[in-house]
Amino acid sequence: MIQASPAKITIRALRVFHGQEESLRGISLDIPANQVLGIIGPSGAGKTTFLRALNRLNDLVPDMHAEGQILLDGKDIYHPACDVVALRKRVGMLFALPVALPMSIYENVVYGPRLSGVRKKTHLDEVVERSLKAAFLWDEVKDRLRMSGLRLSGGQQQRLCLARVLAMEELEVILLDEPCSGLDPISTSKIEDALTILKERYTIILVTNNTKQAARVADETAFFLMGDMVEYGLTEKIFTVPDDKRTNDYVTGRFG
Amino acid sequence: MRISPKITQALAVLLLGSATFFTVMVLVFVIVFVLGKGLPGVTWEFLSTNPRDMGRAGGILPTLVGTILLPLLAIAIALPLGVGTSVYLTEYTRETRMTRALRFGTDCLAGIPSIIFGLFGFIFFVVGLNMGWCLLSGGLTLAIMILPTIIRTSEEAIRAVPNSWREVSFSLGATRWETVLKVVLPNALPGIVTGVMLGIGRSIGETAAVIFTAGSALRMPISAFDSVRTMSVHFYILAREGISTEKAYATAAVLIISVLMVNLIAYGMMHRFIARRAR
Amino acid sequence: MKFNGENIAKYALMTVAFSAVASLLLIAVFIFKEGLPFMMKVGLKDFLFASDWDPLAGKFGIYPMIVASLWVTFGAMLIGAPLGIAGAIFLNEFAPPMMMKIIKPTIELLAGIPSVVFGFLGVMVLAPWIRATLGGPGLSVLAASIILGIMVLPTVLSISIDAIASVPNSYREGALALGATRWQSVYMVTIKAARSGIIASIILAMGRALGETMAVIMVAGNTVKVPHAVTDPVRTLTANIALEMANATGMAREALFATGIVLFMVIMVLNGIALSAIKGKARKK
Repeated sequence: MIQASPAKITIRALRVFHGQEESLRGISLDIPANQVLGIIGPSGAGKTTFLRALNRLNDLVPDMHAEGQILLDGKDIYHPACDVVALRKRVGMLFALPVALPMSIYENVVYGPRLSGVRKKTHLDEVVERSLKAAFLWDEVKDRLRMSGLRLSGGQQQRLCLARVLAMEELEVILLDEPCSGLDPISTSKIEDALTILKERYTIILVTNNTKQAARVADETAFFLMGDMVEYGLTEKIFTVPDDKRTNDYVTGRFG
Repeated sequence: MRISPKITQALAVLLLGSATFFTVMVLVFVIVFVLGKGLPGVTWEFLSTNPRDMGRAGGILPTLVGTILLPLLAIAIALPLGVGTSVYLTEYTRETRMTRALRFGTDCLAGIPSIIFGLFGFIFFVVGLNMGWCLLSGGLTLAIMILPTIIRTSEEAIRAVPNSWREVSFSLGATRWETVLKVVLPNALPGIVTGVMLGIGRSIGETAAVIFTAGSALRMPISAFDSVRTMSVHFYILAREGISTEKAYATAAVLIISVLMVNLIAYGMMHRFIARRAR
Repeated sequence: MKFNGENIAKYALMTVAFSAVASLLLIAVFIFKEGLPFMMKVGLKDFLFASDWDPLAGKFGIYPMIVASLWVTFGAMLIGAPLGIAGAIFLNEFAPPMMMKIIKPTIELLAGIPSVVFGFLGVMVLAPWIRATLGGPGLSVLAASIILGIMVLPTVLSISIDAIASVPNSYREGALALGATRWQSVYMVTIKAARSGIIASIILAMGRALGETMAVIMVAGNTVKVPHAVTDPVRTLTANIALEMANATGMAREALFATGIVLFMVIMVLNGIALSAIKGKARKK
């Protein structure tokens, strides 16, 4: 069963403040390895804040701070001794809008490996091919790897961003923040296909506005509302017989 | 009698239009006049030979060299300081009382007249540090003078780099410094170059701050501790001491062309930069 | 604190960030160190308000230079400000956008013309004309004012253009909707809304005119005398410093630094006013 293996990420009483405002009000959750966790909820529920707490990207925002614990493989990522840079190499992130860096496709993909000190050309070439294949982009761009990443279409750019995350050799967890919100159905399905394969190697957390996407891709689903986690369980259960009325209202499209 | 608003408007537009026309004409006249009088004297020989008889005859070669070396030295000093300052202000701190003080200091420095820089450079570098009138004293003084320009233009350029690029870089495990080097600075480069060109342009045209720090020796500089005479200073001495009107005009023509060229490149870069940002 | 590349970069940048402020302080300290003891010795009143300047005889009154600087700066504003502001209004409100696109960069390019070139033209063209039509030596308050007025035009014009351009269109439309002509909306609404930016442009230009040295030396005549007419030759504060620096020693050199202090203080105050005018505007928005 799902909970048989120890949790990859253990979250205890996580609270995140943005100035005076409390954006997350005590979330506790065990996220198992090698599956897709879907996070759904209306906008303003704290989904993105939650995601950005997991790789400490919230640190970059002035007057934002977190309380509680997030354990990755049993180690607290908010501990002062935790190396944030190393953490972010293990916990990759895909943003809502595709953001290709203003450099070539090739350079976009090897951005992470180069930071980790990989210099060998053959090795980098290998990484590029493997990552682009895993993101279902290789066939479209293999002949123009030196072209600027900014010239790709939105859907291609988002897959480039996925490849860029996958290129990191230390990668264990992938965070996705509504990655398909601006994409066409074909690009969306390509990314969803990629995720189902990728979960064999990685732990995936998918924030989505699109409940159908969660239903399609996620093994387990959590429903967030106004900074609280209302309900968490197997995706099938959340979408068919949720315990909480609010969850039921949301998944059946009655609000949000 | 009441004049109808329509007539007032016509009069106003006429007046404003002629003021604009006059402004443009005056400035164009300055250039056309100087080039008209000076260009006939600008020959290859004029550019490539040493002056003779205090500049009454011969060319301007050493002053040309001085005009290239001094601004380059100033930039070499001011660029790392200026870009470093703007990187610190934009990437490493939030708005605090200290950053406001730093910005205010920069703005004040920008307003100081060049003669004060000359006074300071003289008493500090030339006399105080016993460096004498030389390339280095002049370069250091000019570096301080153009520092605010470099800081301001590069800060603007750095702020124009989209924040999402920084976030992506961080999320891929880059440190702040790596992000600055790999994402921020390369994309702010056109703006930074604009600042550099503006600084060079100002250094080329500067006289007061240079004459008291770099001196006015009319010979080829060999080391950083040699006195140099830039074209501006040479022109000033030719004109003021009435040495040679003809040579003065020719020197002025070369001076104007160099400054305009440098500024043109600066504006070209800025334009491209703005156009790219808008895309 | 961890000792690694990241921290080295951070602290190096932090140090560098103080370079501009440190330079400013260094300049102030050295100018004051050289000039202040002199001011104390001579006495502020005798320094600022005595009319005799004769360093060799130990007379150090800079009153004529102060008056000269004020006249010349004021004269430059009288010429530069109306022209610059009129140009800014015309280009923003009445000229086709194409014209703005050509003229603004052209004028900003011209801001780069070295000041000595303007001074030279003053000597070659303007001074003879003044001598012929108005009498006097030609090199005069008037000549200096006209040359400086032209030199500050780009400053006034380009800052005023930005100030007027930043007035929201809704203001203008509001006035036009009430039946005002374009010109009425300009002088009743737009100019008022852009006022602080326009004032800032004038003050910054004043600072530039007051601080300009080489051009002024060439055209102002450099006689140490309180002027009575615009055709009189004068010596400004800046000209005084530059003219005497070359061979001044001892007390005479200290006197020049004391002159520098006066200049420094006045310009700092002017800049302070201009900056707060611009910043105040920015905050209101």
